[in-house]
Amino acid sequence: MTQASLGQSVVQKEIQAQNNGVSSSVTKTQPLWLLAEVTYRCPLHCAFCYNPTDYDKHTQNELTTEQWIQALQDARRLGALQLGISGGEPLLRDDIEDIVIEAKRLGYYSNLITSGVGLTEKRIQAFKEGGLDHIQLSMHDITEEINNFITNTKTFELKKKVAAMIKNHGYPMVLNVVIHRYNIGHMRQILEMAEALGADYIELANTQYYGWSLVNRSQLMPTKEQIDEAERITNEFREKQGSKMKIFFVVPDYFSDRPKKCMNGWGEVFMIVTANGDVLPCHSARVLPNMDFPNVRDKGLDWVWNDSPAFNKYRGDSWMKEPCRSCAEKEKDLAGCRCQAFMLTGDAEGADPVCSLSPNHHVITKAIEDSRNPVIASKPIIFRNDKNSKAIIAGELEDRVKEFHALP
Amino acid sequence: MSVNQTDIYAIALHHRFQWEEAQSCYVILFPEGMVKLNGGAGEVLNLVDGKRTVADIVLALTAKFSDVPDLAQDIIGMLDLAIEKAWLRQLN
Ligand code: SF4
Ligand code: SF4
Repeated sequence: MTQASLGQSVVQKEIQAQNNGVSSSVTKTQPLWLLAEVTYRCPLHCAFCYNPTDYDKHTQNELTTEQWIQALQDARRLGALQLGISGGEPLLRDDIEDIVIEAKRLGYYSNLITSGVGLTEKRIQAFKEGGLDHIQLSMHDITEEINNFITNTKTFELKKKVAAMIKNHGYPMVLNVVIHRYNIGHMRQILEMAEALGADYIELANTQYYGWSLVNRSQLMPTKEQIDEAERITNEFREKQGSKMKIFFVVPDYFSDRPKKCMNGWGEVFMIVTANGDVLPCHSARVLPNMDFPNVRDKGLDWVWNDSPAFNKYRGDSWMKEPCRSCAEKEKDLAGCRCQAFMLTGDAEGADPVCSLSPNHHVITKAIEDSRNPVIASKPIIFRNDKNSKAIIAGELEDRVKEFHALP
Repeated sequence: MSVNQTDIYAIALHHRFQWEEAQSCYVILFPEGMVKLNGGAGEVLNLVDGKRTVADIVLALTAKFSDVPDLAQDIIGMLDLAIEKAWLRQLN
């Protein structure tokens, strides 16, 4: 799954739209967004992959087509409207066509989030007929070299072919580019490529450090100066270009002094059903201690969303500690990301250390320093693959994960 | 910029407009985003069907809600906004 599918930027977009004066406000929690992470298998091995590093545990027990269809129906009844079909690489399953047809029947707006590998003429035709609304394609760089390096596969030519196929079938072209040290210097060329491909939307998602990207943080993190420059180029491009291609620049949280309002709040609008049926309020929630996440095999989604202890645990703000509890800004960010707080500080209820008011803010400053330390930054990238996942589960890559309070 | 009485609009490509039972309102759905429309806004867009002109829409709604003051102006305002947000495309 690429970082764009985190939904965070997506939910922000939705909320922004709500503030435009024509919309009613959200008064009760409702899983407007259902993300179906249908498989953790993936032919790519991206260094910045957001999936859990121990995903290898969840590749043998995927939900069946019938279980997915049941989940779609249950979530729709709870008010879910946007469906993301993601992974891993969702196209490794041969039942995406069935899922798409059911999504259409139920009235979802369905989004396929793909690396493009496995998208054939035959399948895209079936998706179109089945009523798939939109395909989001991940792109990595304008150079073959960086694309193939960062994904650890030879997929550059294929991505361009797939982009053309998406366009030919009348789909809006939505590109997602995860930004990191290796491509941040190519921002203008990336935007030009997107324009040349006829993109309607491009999401420039600065790497956020979860899963594999946390393990590779020192290797991937660009400098503050590079990010500022990238943003400047993006703004310049936006102005020059008018409103034809919509550009979203997702700002990296490590370099700001307040955290993001993660998932727009725990259990507020977002629900993820993972490959093995675990239901989560955010992608990395499984890292949190003393949590028991429900599974669709045991419980219906209605109970999961409304009554499960896991989904209620961090709703609202009564669980907060100082400095957040009495902070005037707490409704703005809801104390940030629980997973980031726990992984980096060992305290799941503390302020997200990204916040400059957090007593643990130094862990972020140190991470930025480490990424500039040539000895640390030159350690090899641990690519996301089954072998490395097994090694991490077995504790073999100890020195790369020991500073974290849970396996990323 | 403001709409003309003779303009004909439809919902923009890749956008879907539908009634949502669970939220009791109309919504517009598009790639990775959505907007909930309050009662009035939803009623206006519900008449945007690629056939009616702006004048037809105003006429239909002012007949239906004859007790609402300044309704015509609100309808035009809503259509202007919808165009600015690229929820609509013009057919003529
Ligand atoms: S390896 Fe790459 S393509 Fe595969 S799920 Fe991870 S980020 Fe997506
Ligand atoms: S102290 Fe807590 S609530 Fe206040 S801005 Fe920082 S993270 Fe947000």
